[in-house]
Amino acid sequence: MSTNSFESLSKKMDNAVGGKDDAFIKVKVLFFARARDLTGMADMSLEVSLGTTAHDCLNKLISKFPGLEEIRNCMVLALNEEYALESVVVKDRDELAIIPPISGG
Amino acid sequence: MAAEEEGMNLIEILEENVAIDMSKYMSYVQSPSCGAIATFGGTTRDTFEGKTVLELRYEAYVPMAVRCIKTICTSARSSWNLNSIAVAHRLGPVPVGETSVFIATSAVHRGDALNACKFIIDEVKASVPIWKKEVCTNGEVWKENSEFLERRDELGNSSCRKNVVEGMDQRERVAAEER
Repeated sequence: MSTNSFESLSKKMDNAVGGKDDAFIKVKVLFFARARDLTGMADMSLEVSLGTTAHDCLNKLISKFPGLEEIRNCMVLALNEEYALESVVVKDRDELAIIPPISGG
Repeated sequence: MAAEEEGMNLIEILEENVAIDMSKYMSYVQSPSCGAIATFGGTTRDTFEGKTVLELRYEAYVPMAVRCIKTICTSARSSWNLNSIAVAHRLGPVPVGETSVFIATSAVHRGDALNACKFIIDEVKASVPIWKKEVCTNGEVWKENSEFLERRDELGNSSCRKNVVEGMDQRERVAAEER
């Protein structure tokens, strides 16, 4: 399915479940270490609909960058510089970091 | 360099190719009131599982790393009677024999200084968003701390976490803050 038809289908689905029209927010995503190797970028802007969770953001990122699947089960997420559960709802201009297993010290 | 000085904690994440000046941190924590200074230095060693290591290369999510180290210092202070704490971590390449992380604690008594020092390095390895790549003669690999892997499931629930209390009622919120 092309990106355009996916987005229009997604909007129809939002309408069907009573979601807000055109209520999109932008989240800044940071990729570190192995995550950066796998995506080829250090950061990007992710547009998602209002009410999206960190878990949903992650799924969207994995669909864009299937290579991230490699670290899916051992990574953690941080939202605005604090570790976060995947169930947390992201807000406009939040900073979501993909944290592969750390190795400081 | 990202530096944070709060009360008597000094936290520094050093830019690439800036070496750790241990005497600076020892001077920082030293005080006439203290009978003990404890230190830990982590150094790049030349072998890992039979492979020859050339260097380690570090990167960090710097603002979050500073926050996490602050939290660790607060936690150390709640367990031990400490005077000062200094934590420094390098970024970029750290060749064999050089120090990548340095911790100094001072206290009236040595038990507090030594125990806090050990606690702090253990916590850094478990929770601070810093990564190292091991560069060997035959390739490079991102390392993973076992301390992190053991702690991973708890991290979203730790004091370092985003306060996910939207939707929780007041009673639950108070309980969460007290944990």
